[in-house]
Amino acid sequence: MEFWKDFSEASDKVALIEDEKQIKYGQLEEMVNQLIKKYDNRKLAFLVCTNTIESVAIYLSLLRAQIPVVLINEHIENELLAQLIDLYKPFYFWDNRSEELNGYHKADSFERYNLRMNQEDIDYPIHEELGVLLTTSGSTGSPKLVRQSYKNIQSNTDSIVTYLNITDSDCALTTLPMHYTYGLSIINTHIAQRATLVLTNATPMQKKFWSLIAEHKVTTFGGVPYTYEMLKRVHFFNKDIDSLRYLTQAGGRLGVDLHKEFAEGCADHNIDFVVMYGQTEATARMSYLPPQKTLEKIGSIGIAIPNGKFWLIDENENVISEPEIAGELIYQGENVTMGYAQSFADLNLGYDNGNVLHTGDVAKYDKEGYFYIVGRKKRFLKIYGNRINLDEVEKILKQKGVDAVACGKDDNLKVCVLQDADKTKAEEVLLNNTNIPRFGMKVYVVNEIPRNSSGKIMYTELENSL
Amino acid sequence: MNNLEQYDEIFMETFGVEKSALNESFINENVDAWDSIGHMNLLAELEEAFDITLDDDDLMNFESYEGGKDILKKYGVNFD
Repeated sequence: MEFWKDFSEASDKVALIEDEKQIKYGQLEEMVNQLIKKYDNRKLAFLVCTNTIESVAIYLSLLRAQIPVVLINEHIENELLAQLIDLYKPFYFWDNRSEELNGYHKADSFERYNLRMNQEDIDYPIHEELGVLLTTSGSTGSPKLVRQSYKNIQSNTDSIVTYLNITDSDCALTTLPMHYTYGLSIINTHIAQRATLVLTNATPMQKKFWSLIAEHKVTTFGGVPYTYEMLKRVHFFNKDIDSLRYLTQAGGRLGVDLHKEFAEGCADHNIDFVVMYGQTEATARMSYLPPQKTLEKIGSIGIAIPNGKFWLIDENENVISEPEIAGELIYQGENVTMGYAQSFADLNLGYDNGNVLHTGDVAKYDKEGYFYIVGRKKRFLKIYGNRINLDEVEKILKQKGVDAVACGKDDNLKVCVLQDADKTKAEEVLLNNTNIPRFGMKVYVVNEIPRNSSGKIMYTELENSL
Repeated sequence: MNNLEQYDEIFMETFGVEKSALNESFINENVDAWDSIGHMNLLAELEEAFDITLDDDDLMNFESYEGGKDILKKYGVNFD
């Protein structure tokens, strides 16, 4: 049975905690059933996500009512939101904002959330399996969405629950936003096991974070590499962390030193430390490094999740059959999503690529079959856990009249312009038209862009010159 | 550059604001860029500039422009 159906068997268990509020599964069941009555037809919904009881309950009601939903970042730029509304024409719009929304009237409400409905009767065909749509990069402001089916979500949830051995006695703290595939997978997997979720925006840099862990005997949370840098800075292993059973890490490469430090520290404290790898295009997770192997295989993304399969192909698309040879990482599993959407017209499409995903990452495997990412086929970076396509960054700048070349490393986007005047303009565009945090980027003025004889930009050379 | 000028400079650079914004109401929850990432960056810059290491409590209590001065004073950074 899908995890969003019927919570009644766990009625007395605590499902959601937010500040002073606690909701048991029995109450959540009632909430979700009340919410379902608000929807008449199977039309697209947008949900502005927050780590709150309402947001989770609405999400579950949309799954249960089979209303396909686009999960929206609560900090989305207004311009991008307007663009998404224009391209996808949602009929339902759930948010917790006070401002009016152009073209929508407030039809209903649920605690702090408003249900707005389109003033026009939107009607277009939607594929029956389409369940959830997520933004691909979250940060460059592309309106491209990943189409996830109900089967994708349930299948990936089942795999994750199995390899992390999540049970109803677990209690997870939300360290990540709900619209982000990794944050969402933590919500899905713990609801699936009728475990408890502590909903908060607190970060390791705040006392509240640590008091929540102690007060609610939190057993787990997840983190992107940046979360682990914060944890290290505030001396994680000196904190009151006795209740923690396992920690997960995803959203980019942790780096060998941090991986080692947390693997060793967690082993000392009897905490399973699980490094994982995934993409929105694979619903959430594709691989995990079993905690008992983590010290032995530092830097590895591990092995494919249960019911998934990895292999590598060379430049001629032939399968690589020997260890230690790099090739593009290919994944196969039921969690490989239906594909992308660029507008509402794509919402009636089926599965574009069967269940095979070309990850765009270059990897190798060792003699025991553990995979290591060694590079990337496509030009993208991870900035604080979000994928940034460098070509897209250049395109956005170009649209605003700035000629620029983007390069850099994870958490350190470098944008090069040729004129002093373009520097300020590029900074403005990046801050106002994308969600890239100001700390993850820097704009440089350069004398020239190095190109090879065929006119192609030599990115490595450019980066070395900065 | 004296300590106050340096302190102000780091705030302006980190959060991309003018000097005029730095007053009693410059508190983390009022400043968009002062999220956890901004916080880490701010503290790293201050620690480097003044050659100090804040303990965890002070790091977590560092929530405003004015309050931050009182915290740094404990580490011998004087603003008078």
